[in-house]
Amino acid sequence: MNLEIILHAGLATGTILLFAAIGEIFSERAGILNLGVEGMMLLGAMAGFSTSLATGNAWVGLIVAMLAGGILSLAHGLVTIHLQADQVVSGLSLTFLGTGLALVLGEGLTGQHPPTIPIVDIPLLSQIPFLGKVFFSEHSLLVYVGYIFAPLTAYYIYKTRPGMHLRAVGEKPSAADTLGISVYGVRYFYTFVGGMLAGLAGATISLAITPGWYSTQTTSGQGWIAVGLVIFAQWNPMRAAFGGYLFGMLRRFILDLQGPAVLFGIANPLYVNSNYGFFLQMMPFVLTIVALIWGSRAATKKRLGAPAALGVPYIRGERGL
Amino acid sequence: MNLPYTVIFEKRTEDYPKWLPAVTSLASVIVAFIISGIVLKMIGGDPILVLKFFFSATFGSWAVFSDTMVKATPLIMVGLACAVAFKMKLWNIGAEGQFYMGAFFSSLVVLIPMVNLETTPKFIVIALMVIMGMIGGAIWGFIPGYLKAKYQVNEIIITLMLNYVALYWNNFWIFDKWSDAGFQMTPQFEKVAWLPRLSDLAKEYKAFSGITLHLGVVFGIIAAIIIWWILERSHWGYEIKLIGDNPQAARYAGLNITKNLVLVMMLSGALAGLAGMSEISGVVHRLQEKISPGYGFTGIIVAWLAKLNPFAVIIVSILFGALIIAGRQIQPSGIANLLQGIILFMVISSDVLLRYKIRIIRLEQEA
Repeated sequence: MNLEIILHAGLATGTILLFAAIGEIFSERAGILNLGVEGMMLLGAMAGFSTSLATGNAWVGLIVAMLAGGILSLAHGLVTIHLQADQVVSGLSLTFLGTGLALVLGEGLTGQHPPTIPIVDIPLLSQIPFLGKVFFSEHSLLVYVGYIFAPLTAYYIYKTRPGMHLRAVGEKPSAADTLGISVYGVRYFYTFVGGMLAGLAGATISLAITPGWYSTQTTSGQGWIAVGLVIFAQWNPMRAAFGGYLFGMLRRFILDLQGPAVLFGIANPLYVNSNYGFFLQMMPFVLTIVALIWGSRAATKKRLGAPAALGVPYIRGERGL
Repeated sequence: MNLPYTVIFEKRTEDYPKWLPAVTSLASVIVAFIISGIVLKMIGGDPILVLKFFFSATFGSWAVFSDTMVKATPLIMVGLACAVAFKMKLWNIGAEGQFYMGAFFSSLVVLIPMVNLETTPKFIVIALMVIMGMIGGAIWGFIPGYLKAKYQVNEIIITLMLNYVALYWNNFWIFDKWSDAGFQMTPQFEKVAWLPRLSDLAKEYKAFSGITLHLGVVFGIIAAIIIWWILERSHWGYEIKLIGDNPQAARYAGLNITKNLVLVMMLSGALAGLAGMSEISGVVHRLQEKISPGYGFTGIIVAWLAKLNPFAVIIVSILFGALIIAGRQIQPSGIANLLQGIILFMVISSDVLLRYKIRIIRLEQEA
């Protein structure tokens, strides 16, 4: 168990959650709850992986993964925005659909080795003792993209004009409508953005952090954790990034607990009986539950909440939000 | 291009006709099959052949139909579990975990063992397993229900996370304490803990030999009748529906929403737990990994396709039982998943027909 390794690995795996959670934040900020993240991620992971295999270029794979996630999310958009269907059920069916498509199209991809996103050191910064090793060396390029991405999206949502429109549509679509903002247009756009980022998160797994295609094991529930993280982060990209990294580190720490024979001066029960490892594998999910309870309590206390129009279809000329 | 006709969506002012939901559900399934056929054709399959195979492999003979019914059995109970929760707009996505907990708890009867398995009559052992299974599922439903009632924590995520927790919990016991000689399963249960099957009667009635249909299907049908009675005839059912349709009005009417929330989640969990018990005792006869090919998730689709009607749940479950049976033999394996996703999408899209009338009207000729 080594602090440097835990922090380093946490940043890497946290990047996956960061992309997926920020994508979901965009979508939910516009009022569209998309529970299909797991399906879009899996489809993205498959699309990126197979494209990289076919073209020999991981970056093309990344773009195709984002398009795949984005296009899939439009199905959710159509059903929930125009047809005003229930967003929960539609999101669930998106997960079934994405998973099914990924499994059907991903047949026979296991065990292949396409090009992956390069792992690089940042010049100069990687020379800083300890911090340089943790933050700026031997990371996939996508991890560095993640560092910049979270503050940029936070700036976009809180400080720019389109960001304000986005929030308006999610909080009070009727008011946004009177201002001449196209509610449906904004919702479709950010549903698509959310899908693209989920696809990117999927490809981050299959082409960068843990390269490979392991059917449903590729994402193994991380899409759902990302949805939980959004609530924990109270729809704030910076908090989502922080939460994602923290989550990644805790996960690595828990895994590492199994290594040493002696832990804190006593015989390590996890080492003696590896079956206790099942309880460790439970931990990410238990942690998500704990984080959600904590996040919900904090949100109630500060009267912070979900975007007011989250999950509510907008029909022009009808009473409502 | 100017067509002399236009299509308009007109909001329904009166209730839709009673037969409409059944028609839209049926139409959704047919459209979903057609779309899947097109997808199959695109990846180089033969949809007609697959469809023929589908019917012969699932409804072709009494033996295969019995297999279909065996798969439909847990779906009926899980579908009911989802339907009850959805009636109150409680998104219990955790039927899968509740199923596993039900299986685990009912297994305890045999594995601890809780009673002397050699002397206790069969019906007592089975009854005990039913009760334990329902308790297991109810506990797993109580947790998200309580958290939502007390801390307003989103039940969707909690129930989902608990699915994974239940899976690993189960794995620990079948890999560790109750592993059968290192295999990832417990030893086979004593016969006394097996639900009776039709094939048990093969000595008296030749026709039943090899028919694996078990008593669980009766549990499912009884559960459907009870749930129908609760929802349509009891005061509690009225409260559940009122809270689901209009929580504001329910609050003004003085209904205890918190209590109902926890109780409905527990009822939902108990039904899913019963499904787990029935599968353990009626089919696999031991606790092991992968006792469910995603019944808990399919139950969501079943409930929605049945428009949350308990009796329709039974019919839809048979269709999905058939899908599971056929899906096991159709390659690539994701096809069944894909078809389920498309069906659900079609169903929710078709709901628009319940809210709007589509009319084709002739445009006025402009001078």
